[in-house]
Amino acid sequence: MNLQYIGLKEINGPLIFLENVKGIGFEEMVEIRLEDGSVRHGRVVEIHGDLAAILVFEGTKDLSLTNTVIKFTGKPMEMGLSKNVLGRVFNGIGTPKDGLGPVYVDEYRDINGEPLNPVSRLYPKNYINTGISSIDGLTTLIRGQKLPIFSGSGMPHNDLAVQIVRQAKLTGGDAENFAIVFAAMGVTNDVANYFKRSFEEAGVLDNVAMFLNLSNDPIIERILTPRCALTTAEYLAYKHDMHILVVMTDMTAYAEALREFSSSKGEIPGRKGYPGYLYSDLASLLERAGIIKTAKGSVTQIPILTMPNDDITHPIPDLTGYITEGQIVLDRELHQQGLYPPIGVLPSLSRLMKDGIGAGYTRADHQPLMNQIFASYAKVMDARSLASVIGEDELSPSDKSYIEFGKHFEKHFISQGYINREIGETLDLGWKLLSIFPREELDRTDEKILDEFYNHELAVSTFELAKNVYIKELKEEI
Amino acid sequence: MNEVYSINGPVIKVKNAKNFKIMEKVFVGKQKLLGEVISVDDNFTTVQVYESTTGLMRGEEVFNSGESISAVLGPGLLGNIFDGIQRPLHTIFEENGAYIKPGTNVDCLDMNKEWNIKFSIKANDHVEFGQIFAVTQETSLIEHRLLVPKNVSGEVINVKKDGLYKMNDVLAQVKDKFGVIHDLTMVQKWPIKEPRPIKDRKPLTIPLVSGQRVIDTLFPIAKGGSAAVPGGFGTGKTMMQHQFAKWCDADIIVYIGCGERGNEMTQTLDEFSELIDPKSNKPLIERTVLIANTSNMPVAAREASIYTGVTIAEYYRDMGYHVALMADSTSRWAEALREISGRLEEMPAEEGFPAYLPSRISQFYERAGYVDTLSEKSGSVSIVGAISPQGSDFSEPVTQNTKRFVRAFWALDKELAYARHYAAINWNLSYSEYINDLSKWYNKNVGTEFLEARQKFIAILAEENRLMEIVKLIGKDVLPDEQKLVLEISRVIRVGYLQQNAFHKDDTFVPLEKQLKMMKVILYLEKTAQSVLKEGKAFSLLLRTNMFEKVAKMKYDIPNDNLELFEEYYKLIDEAFSAIK
Repeated sequence: MNLQYIGLKEINGPLIFLENVKGIGFEEMVEIRLEDGSVRHGRVVEIHGDLAAILVFEGTKDLSLTNTVIKFTGKPMEMGLSKNVLGRVFNGIGTPKDGLGPVYVDEYRDINGEPLNPVSRLYPKNYINTGISSIDGLTTLIRGQKLPIFSGSGMPHNDLAVQIVRQAKLTGGDAENFAIVFAAMGVTNDVANYFKRSFEEAGVLDNVAMFLNLSNDPIIERILTPRCALTTAEYLAYKHDMHILVVMTDMTAYAEALREFSSSKGEIPGRKGYPGYLYSDLASLLERAGIIKTAKGSVTQIPILTMPNDDITHPIPDLTGYITEGQIVLDRELHQQGLYPPIGVLPSLSRLMKDGIGAGYTRADHQPLMNQIFASYAKVMDARSLASVIGEDELSPSDKSYIEFGKHFEKHFISQGYINREIGETLDLGWKLLSIFPREELDRTDEKILDEFYNHELAVSTFELAKNVYIKELKEEI
Repeated sequence: MNEVYSINGPVIKVKNAKNFKIMEKVFVGKQKLLGEVISVDDNFTTVQVYESTTGLMRGEEVFNSGESISAVLGPGLLGNIFDGIQRPLHTIFEENGAYIKPGTNVDCLDMNKEWNIKFSIKANDHVEFGQIFAVTQETSLIEHRLLVPKNVSGEVINVKKDGLYKMNDVLAQVKDKFGVIHDLTMVQKWPIKEPRPIKDRKPLTIPLVSGQRVIDTLFPIAKGGSAAVPGGFGTGKTMMQHQFAKWCDADIIVYIGCGERGNEMTQTLDEFSELIDPKSNKPLIERTVLIANTSNMPVAAREASIYTGVTIAEYYRDMGYHVALMADSTSRWAEALREISGRLEEMPAEEGFPAYLPSRISQFYERAGYVDTLSEKSGSVSIVGAISPQGSDFSEPVTQNTKRFVRAFWALDKELAYARHYAAINWNLSYSEYINDLSKWYNKNVGTEFLEARQKFIAILAEENRLMEIVKLIGKDVLPDEQKLVLEISRVIRVGYLQQNAFHKDDTFVPLEKQLKMMKVILYLEKTAQSVLKEGKAFSLLLRTNMFEKVAKMKYDIPNDNLELFEEYYKLIDEAFSAIK
């Protein structure tokens, strides 16, 4: 039974209130028809007696208390899906906007999804080769993982995301069943176009479903954009056994939309005005990554968020970091030095990598290399902060050699530019850089592995260290 | 009929209902969603719903149940994995597939399984609440002792013979002093928010040994004690909880994943099923109960998960077992409280958390303890709660309030984690108030040198902390040799002792005996080096002997089953240092 109501009781921001309604469900979809025949969409967000609050996605402009007809559809928001969604462009609430007409529908799914039973999940183990040294080597992306990029305004997170999409490769026989779902929330037209163009140039456009809520689109639609995208991803992964990489940008804009919605509902705000349920809400999106036992496909997420004021303790990156399995942090200082990709190695982390690297996945020496690089690079930071106090000249030979290592590490390992590196190349480069040190300095690593990979002469010749006195001094000291 | 009047997320209201009790379990709507009454007034009864309310309509019926939200206790808990309201996730997966649908209603325990029961009572015996009346082998590791339920005491009028029975079979009948006859079965219910009664609390004098050096040596927790593990994301909180759960010497582990990541929960599950308990050579899962309420599962059930877990822990304690309960993470639980409080439009206190946050936290941690049970045994519940402070800021309300109620505090440090120093417990910020209570046990069971060595370690680390302030300003080179030695020894302590590799076969668990031997070697190294320095030899010559590196690596070089190798280190140190000219 589809009920229709004429007129409203109140309009407040994106919310409209209706009186004397009966028989409507919580979170049910409604259609709002205006005088001029145009139709908007909304969702029931609160029921109190016979009063209902409805959130209008397209905004309440031009609505008055008398000029609307409201129709309740009797079901929560659903999205029509089929394999044909690939290659198509949708708006923020899943309506095609590329002028190619509606999508043929195989199945309707509730965009809110349902929580995955932890028992039905498979623990992700297969890695995705991104061809970027600091990711593959130090924060390996695993199939079924959610690994966000923490960035700031003005940093090249979009380039990095595109590079990952372009270079991402599955290992083994699944390489063909790979597709991308792209959700843009509150990004500018330029950025959306950049992504589209880049997908085109990479020749993957037929394997991309794009959901665009641009910065001048209604803010409230933004709350639904990632849900539409993830429902699509789940459908493709779990029904058609495809491996889906979901890129979502920008999560900060999403959280701000949520805050706006919450405050217009009159809810009690939590930290920095964000609603108290921000964590649960973000989790309901990000937890939709994974692999399940009853299907062959996988959903991998790369959400991108710009940290307001580069502050990693801001509620959005903070709560995201507690949900995601690690993070890739972009570093403004590296960016200012013109290094690309400017990945801050120390705060970046992939929680799932320990089981997806090593013999059988990447190479047996991967884990020890990674441990040693982290330990050595952490000391570089100590040496630098000491140098900033007492001056580089006053440092001990050991500290100076760390500064030397740091310079080469950033120049050669982190800053690789737009080229694609195989995992073997990355690991070899790592050992070559560590070989700058005298062997005794590599205290995290087993002797056996050093026997195989340590080659000081090669490092000296590659990085032209023959004249470097610090390394020599340090060797003499040892 | 009681009808739904208003709906706001997981909070619904019923108008003009008089017959609801506070904390009563209710079923909401056609789908029979599980809910709990949280407030009652003249006009409205407020219910929090443990499942998604999408599609719920005004006017749907709300059904009474007459009882509180309860845990179902009986054999079959061990080895199982439940959600926050104790629904078995394996069964749900088999029946409903990959997703958890609202209104899913399955038995908490397998009611059709038959258990081999041995009775310990006979007719005409007098039984009391909490007494053991029968036992059954629940897993190959744990004997399940069936306890007389609450409100039952009196004379046994008949008992079945030993043999196979199903969960709901009547095993015995008891006639109380009013002549009412009670049936005893294998199952009993207990309200999750009510602590199970005990006979007496005992002082905490035995440590919960975990084989993690930084904990056992520096900041031990007692059996029956409570500890908090605060740390920002990426500091290895979950890893530490896993290590502790795997290796601590409790009989039973209850692991609560409260608002956790789904993939991580799967990993826990896989790991626990594969891991072999070092003491019994049986899978660890046979003595473990897992509760998983991942972050995307309904928020009200997340709040309940902590109570469900601690009730199960108390139940096994009452059988006379030592139970270790891990909750990861209590911040998510506190956030669930905040979220629901916000929906109830309660006046918020600090950072939007409800004003009753401290009392809820204390109610939870106070359920830890070493006790004499009603069944005339002694058992304990130890609680280790992880905290995920917002922005790694330990001054936030959950950390601060938890600190008031726990006596061991293991502060995880981002800097240490960045340098991949695990377990990233910061020795300057952490503490344990149990050390004095446990000193007798350490002296008797490990040796009197243990606490002395511990004290020296703490002194060296404190000295290093002071020296580092200077080093930060002027560099290491200008320090006198004695102070350089302090820095070097504390480096050996940090790298060779406090740092522990969870993936190394010997280093993942280190017995107390080996911990003591390691400490003694490190202190001997310090003493010998000091005397060599006094002879006027330069510190750089000492470094060149490579002994510091050698000692720092002994954790890997000496297997746990060959502790005699330690003796060689004394010789090596003597030889190396006396060879210096």
